[in-house]
Amino acid sequence: MSKSMERLYNGVIKENPTLVLMLGMCPTLAVTTSAINGVGMGLTTTVVLVMSNLLISMLRKVIPDKVRIPAFIVIIASFVTIVQLLLEAYIPSLYAALGIYIPLIVVNCIILGRAEAYASKNPVVPSIFDGLGMGLGFTLGLTLIGMIREILGAGAIFGFRFLPEGMDTLTIFILAPGAFFVLAVLTAVMNKIKQASGKASDPIQCSMEMCSGCMNTECRGRMEEIEKQ
Amino acid sequence: MSDLYNVSSGPHVRDKYTTGKIMAIVLLALIPASVYGIYHFGVNAAILIVVSIVSCVLTELIYEIVMKQKITVKDLSAAVTGLLLALNMPPTAAWWLPVIGGVFAIIFVKMLFGGIGQNFMNPALGGRCFLVICFAARMTDFNYDGITSATPLARIRAGEAVNLWDMIKGNIAGTVGETSLIAIVLGACIMLAFGIIDLKIPAAYIISFTIFMGLFSGRGWDVSYLIAQLAGGGLMLGAFFMATDYATSPITPGGKVVYGILLGIMTGIFRCFSSTAEGVSFAIIFCNLLVPIIEKLTLPKCFGKGGEA
Repeated sequence: MSKSMERLYNGVIKENPTLVLMLGMCPTLAVTTSAINGVGMGLTTTVVLVMSNLLISMLRKVIPDKVRIPAFIVIIASFVTIVQLLLEAYIPSLYAALGIYIPLIVVNCIILGRAEAYASKNPVVPSIFDGLGMGLGFTLGLTLIGMIREILGAGAIFGFRFLPEGMDTLTIFILAPGAFFVLAVLTAVMNKIKQASGKASDPIQCSMEMCSGCMNTECRGRMEEIEKQ
Repeated sequence: MSDLYNVSSGPHVRDKYTTGKIMAIVLLALIPASVYGIYHFGVNAAILIVVSIVSCVLTELIYEIVMKQKITVKDLSAAVTGLLLALNMPPTAAWWLPVIGGVFAIIFVKMLFGGIGQNFMNPALGGRCFLVICFAARMTDFNYDGITSATPLARIRAGEAVNLWDMIKGNIAGTVGETSLIAIVLGACIMLAFGIIDLKIPAAYIISFTIFMGLFSGRGWDVSYLIAQLAGGGLMLGAFFMATDYATSPITPGGKVVYGILLGIMTGIFRCFSSTAEGVSFAIIFCNLLVPIIEKLTLPKCFGKGGEA
């Protein structure tokens, strides 16, 4: 199971979709006005991601290469619709808070990206863990951003206000600009940690044949050049 | 700027002004407005000015120590930011407002983008707009003579009459430094005399704003209305002291005029068509963002290149 663990670590830390890959910025910036919204959006996306990775990996030899993107979209959209209906039925408050961003999960580039870069080329079990890792990484990023914005902007955490009534908060953090501030600072911190810990970086390992569609940011698209040498 | 080692070929311009000297002259030029603000609004205005300057300078110092950068507080630019921020606060504001504004202005607007000369918008106005969005009620609470009164601009907007002479003298409600037209113009004259600013930006700003208001405000060319619009709000303070900030205004002569005209139009749009009576600070930071494009479009042709043969 070491491959699965590696996929989890990769998704949560090394290639965290929010703080390292900078994918799925639309929901990241729009719905993270509170921690609970961040968790909700992250987990919803995780469910869709795991299910779509599973199915796409299973069907990877059946789907013709030329129409793979429409096929992926159909699979992803089906799962999003299922999740949306479930949310509407069982967690209506979250459904109302996330609003238009639930159907927009269909076009979330993390999901299509993982389908294209990983699930369509790898066996089922690693694909599930890849989806799980990426989803949890996304959830972690969104929850962190949501928590910081909620603490600074509303003086609350997971909906519990800890500041006394009438005390001012930095309202800007629950408005759109606050999302950019928090995301930028978190990314800077993440880069600093990576810089400090990863001085002697691992030699680039790549199983891809081409750089296009590859999500490995370590080589920065130089793999084709490196192989030629 | 002595730590820039980018040496280009000659001729090299030598100048007696250093960044520190220029900033000292700007501080000197802001003294009339500050003194009038303290005289007019009392002790709290003085507290705001001191707290704001100290918090800006300390923030820059601490940031540079923590990030192990060269200490640049001696060039006084942080002090200018602090003073401008204080002059943009309502006189009754709590002391901690300029602290938050100062920390935001220095760290997020200035230092994270590379320190002095690299900021993409005026730090003082960035700090002020941050505060306006966060604490809208506190930042628009113009309490004067013990009664909460509307600023002249808000009263004009509501259709009331205002005393023009009071507006020029500064005997009105408003932020700490914006009320007295006389004090601001005095400061502007000091900067013009030392050659710190050049008239292109403020002149283009004021003229285009006047024309815009004449055309679109719906009051026509009513002279007393136009004078009240010019003397009210932060327009003069913004035109002379904040729109002319070196780092955030174009360096090409044509660009300066374009920038000034855009400022006038934006301010006019905010004052005529937005939900608030005042729009100078948002107009200036918005135009700050357009400066790279303006400079690119107005770059003079190299000698010997371009043009018809």
